[in-house]
This record gives sequence, structure tokens and C-alpha cells, in this order.
Amino acid sequence: MTDRRPKIVGFCCEKHGADAAVLAARSGKHIDASVRLVQVPCTGRIDGIHLLSALEEGADAVFVLGCLEKNCYYDTGSIEGRKRVGYVKQVLAEAGIEKERVEMFNAASTNAWAFPEAAAKMVEVAKRLGPIGGGEK
Amino acid sequence: MKAGSNLEKVLESGKFAVTAEIGPPQSANPEPLTHHAKMLKGCADAFNLTDNQTAVVRLSSIASAVIIMREGIEPVIQMTCRDRNRIALLSDLFGAAALGVRNVLCLTGDHQTFGNEKGCKNVFDFDSIVELQVFDNLRREGKQPGGEVIKDPPKVYLGCAENPFATPYEFRVSRLAKKIAAGTDFCQTQAIFDMDMFEKWMDEVRARGLDQKMHILAGVIPMKSAGAARYMKNKVPGMIVPNHIVDRMKSAKDQKEEGIKLCVEQIEHLKTVKGVHGVHIMAVAWEEMVPRIVQEAGLFPRPTID
Amino acid sequence: MIVAKRKPLGEIAEMLASYKKVTVIGCRSCVAICLAGGEKEVKMLVSALKIRNRKEGKRQDFEGLVVERQCEKEWVKEVEDKILGSDITLSMACSLGAQTIGDMYPKHLTFPGLNTGIFGVPEEQGVWSEKCVGCGDCIIHTTGGICPISRCAKSMLNGPCGGSADRKCEVNLEVECAWAAIYDRLKLQNRLDLIERITPAKDWSTSHSGGRRVFVREDAKLTQHQKKGKEVVL
Repeated sequence: MTDRRPKIVGFCCEKHGADAAVLAARSGKHIDASVRLVQVPCTGRIDGIHLLSALEEGADAVFVLGCLEKNCYYDTGSIEGRKRVGYVKQVLAEAGIEKERVEMFNAASTNAWAFPEAAAKMVEVAKRLGPIGGGEK
Repeated sequence: MKAGSNLEKVLESGKFAVTAEIGPPQSANPEPLTHHAKMLKGCADAFNLTDNQTAVVRLSSIASAVIIMREGIEPVIQMTCRDRNRIALLSDLFGAAALGVRNVLCLTGDHQTFGNEKGCKNVFDFDSIVELQVFDNLRREGKQPGGEVIKDPPKVYLGCAENPFATPYEFRVSRLAKKIAAGTDFCQTQAIFDMDMFEKWMDEVRARGLDQKMHILAGVIPMKSAGAARYMKNKVPGMIVPNHIVDRMKSAKDQKEEGIKLCVEQIEHLKTVKGVHGVHIMAVAWEEMVPRIVQEAGLFPRPTID
Repeated sequence: MIVAKRKPLGEIAEMLASYKKVTVIGCRSCVAICLAGGEKEVKMLVSALKIRNRKEGKRQDFEGLVVERQCEKEWVKEVEDKILGSDITLSMACSLGAQTIGDMYPKHLTFPGLNTGIFGVPEEQGVWSEKCVGCGDCIIHTTGGICPISRCAKSMLNGPCGGSADRKCEVNLEVECAWAAIYDRLKLQNRLDLIERITPAKDWSTSHSGGRRVFVREDAKLTQHQKKGKEVVL
């Protein structure tokens, strides 16, 4: 096992995902990892290249946290986000990289558990798989 | 007489004709053909030799025809447009005629994705209607599509296939009319299981007087089992097998025997349909049953006409 | 437009395996519209190749860029230094773009990153379907505006064949039978008489069967004199 803390990047929409993260922070949830939060206007605006870039720049796992699909602020934004995540999974598989390194999650802004839970899942994935290529960028 | 073949003589004399199918082997061995020819001799007026049917590579139709002719029975060669451009089609037609073949069935051909060489490049320079038109012009005027006029054109009796059960249904009779305009002398239909639907198609055929302009041979397939019936119902494109037939096969004690009985009944029925001038028996991989079916359907012995 | 599809990543990686410095060039025309080789796709490909290399412990330099229209020399010329400064160029344009670069720099290696497929139409977002094969002698005024050569698996001129069931093509049950569509259209237009007419043997000499085709607009061509003038300007 590596003693290095997993590097996770979470893309959160500013309507629900980021609020849920803030709420979690206020309630004092602790995560044993380096989790970077990238706030975006809507997960529907995330492109595959954003997710891939995060992995390329050294993240071990990446997740997207958007609105609940039936309650998306921009109606279908988080559905688009899910499709992008699906496409990136396909590209990763083609490149021989574990596709579990990218996941989509949904939450309402009041779900204090959502962000820590998503992060914890990705930390588990990152610990299990280790850094891509043994950590050398 | 256009070609003077036995099939032409039987049909033009107004007799009820019988044709049957022989599937060439997937090998270079002529033995199965000779075997079938000996077994089937005398129970049909002519025998179709399929041309790589369902796009599975087999001994060629023309070579098979020559092999069965040695046994003294008459072939109908099939020529699909899938594998040959017009140069090859015309050249093979000349060759077949020179070898003594007198009956030619013009087909577009099953797509290669159904066969065992799925990666091949298809041709489809012609479709079946264009093929008929070109062959007809050739036999009548010796004229090739490119304009060349040849001496000694092939004397052949031309046939086509038609499926009354393919969509759009509204167009199926028109399509037969097009084939007649293109020069067909006879038409072998897709296997008929849905008699009501076939009779409806025939009503339209007669209403347009098409039955007067060429000879329709209604297709039948004897089924070995209920499984075969289900397969044809569900898996064969453009084939309709009504539920009552599947059920009848399923509940039969001896399914093979029931299949033969059903086929004989179908032929008896088809004999009564006005405008039907014969039957075409497609006993795929069950050729040995053809003599019995012909006998039980009261179509034996076959007429000899000179 | 010309519709293409990215080659599988593994195949691309294998093609490029023995070259150190790779320039990936996309195109902003057809292949950008069909999401195969535009700016985003070039970026994603480069990123995925880099991640793959990291996993495999391999080092290669990738640079991704996009030109306006890769089948036109003027646009390619703008990135000449990037092309010639690399060991190999991976074209993310259709084969026309890849061949344009190849013809301009014949000593330099240019490999295809896309499989060029069809003259197609976007049917809905994310779906493109073939509607022309470029036979060079259009007949769709006689077939209700629907091309049977590209849309029928057997290119029948007097269809439909006997395999169509439920108005679907026997070769692909997801695809509408072209001749069922032609029948409907002609019926709608009250022109069913057309479908009863025999379309005779087609002259395929205007298609690729007639050899490689070159279309010329004499009035658009430059005269020797004009060409000289242009050289001076360049």
C-alpha cells in the first residue's frame, strides 16, 4: 500500500452539488484524502476533456456531483452530465484504464451525506486501484 | 417455343407443372447431386439448382446443372446478381446455354450478411428485373445492354421468383407486373403457408390478367418439425407461417409424417386456385421426400411432351 | 456531410507506438460537426493517449491542434512547422484531410486517426445515416427523393426485394426498407406510376466504377498567367 493520500477531483454544480458539499463541510464530516472541488455552473456543461484532464494531471479518480435528475435546476443538465461521464468511461476502457475511476452522483442541496459519500466511494476506488501508472506523471 | 425445354413444353401445353429444388453441396464433391438426380428422376418436370442460396458458398448452379443433366434430368439454373456484374452474368448465360441449359431463374440474391463469407464485396450491378430485361432482349434481339448485337444468342426460358408476403403488400402484384414486362415466362413463388393471403394476392393477379401472361408455380416447403415451422415463422425474412400451422405441427404425434401430409394438402389446395399453373417444391435438405409428395398429391407420373 | 468515426484507441496507440513526437491535427469542417475529429475530440484523444502512456510507463510527446478545413492546402500550410517538426502526424480529419497532408509532405508520415464512413445526414442528435454513395448520376427525382442506391442494401433500382418484412430491411431490422419509403413517398405525391416503370440497367461509369473521378469547373481554374501572379503574392 502507498502512504500517499489519494487525489480526488469532484466537479459539483453550483445549484445543488456544491451546496451539498458546503453543508457537509459545516457539519464537520472528515475525509481522509485530498479532494479538490471544482464548482461548475451545471454538470451539463462539463465536457469529457475536463474529466480526462483531471486524470491526466494526476488525479486518481474523478467524480461529478449534479442535481437529482428529476429535479435539475436546468431541467436536463445532470442527465447530460451522466452521458459525458459514460463517454469518458468508454474512452478510458479503450485506453486500458479502469473506468471506475470516473463516476456520476446526484444529490439535492440539502443532502449533507451526498458529497462525503461520493468522495468516500472514489477514495475507496483510488485506494484499490492506486495511481495510474504507479504515480509517475 | 422460346427454348424448347421440358418445363416450357409442360407449361405451354397447359398441364399442371411440378418443379423441385436441389441444393448443391458445400464442397467439390458431385456425388450428392448425382445421388439426388437418380432419386428424383421423373418426379418433376425440371429441377432448380440454387445459386449459393442464403449466400453460403456451394458448388455452382451451372456446374450442378450439367452434373444432373448427365443423369437425364432437366435443370433450372438460378442466377443471382449478388456475385456477378453484367459481364459475368452474360458470359455465364452464354456458357450455360452452350452446355445445354434451357431454363434460367433470375434473382437479385440474398445479401451476403446471411451467408458464410460476410466480409465479401457484393456486386448488384443489376437487380432481378434488370437481369430479366437484359436476358430477354438478348434472346429476342441478340442485343447486349452495351449495344453490341451478337450472333447465336442463348435460347432460354426465363423465370423469376416473387414473394406475395413481403412488404409493402400493396406493391407485390405491381412488382410481378414489372417482371412480366421485363420478359419473365414463369414465376416460382415464396413458400406459401398462409393460403388466405395467397388467394388474395392471386385475386389481384387475376384482376390484372397477369396469370394469362406467364405461369405461376406456387412454392411449398414440407416441414420436418414444429421447430422448423417456428423458425420459418420467426426467422426467415418475408415468410408468413400462420399460428394454426405451427400448432398443428406441434400437436402432431409424428411431426415428419404431419409435415408431409400438410404439404400434400397444400398442393391439393393450390391445384384448385385459378391461375396457378404448377407447384415448386422446396424440400430443403429433405429431397428424398419429393417423390412421395408428388405421388400423394396425384401429380405422378409426369407428362412427356414432344 | 462526410461522416467519420474515431479508430479504436488501441489501434491508434499501436500505429503511433514507435514515434516520439506526434502532432495530432483535427479539422473544423464535417468531422467536427459529426463529433469525430474537431477540437474537443483532438483534445480528448491526446489526453487519453497521455493517460494510457502513463499507465504503460511510456513517453511520447503529443501536440493537438485543429485547422479550419484539412482538405484544403491553404489551411494545412498554416501549421506546416508543427507537421514537419514532428515524427509523425495523426490526422483526425476524414481521409481527404489525411491525404492532403500526405500529398503536401510526401516524405513525412501522416496516419489516419479516423475511419471515414459515409455521405450522411444527422437524423437526430448523435445519429448519422448514409443517404448517398456518389454514383455520379442522380435519379432521386424518379424515386420520390429517396436514394435507393445508398439506402437499399442491394442498391436495387426496381425494389423492394422479397426479404422486406414490416417495411424493414432484411439486412438490418432497425433500418427502414428504402423501397417501402419510396413507395410511401410516391403514393403521397400521387406518382405511383413511376414505381411501375422499369428502371433499366444503370450506367455505372459515372461512379467509382469508371475510375477515379476529377470534377473540373473550367471557368474557376486559374490560367498560367494568373498562377504566376499568385506565386508572386505568396
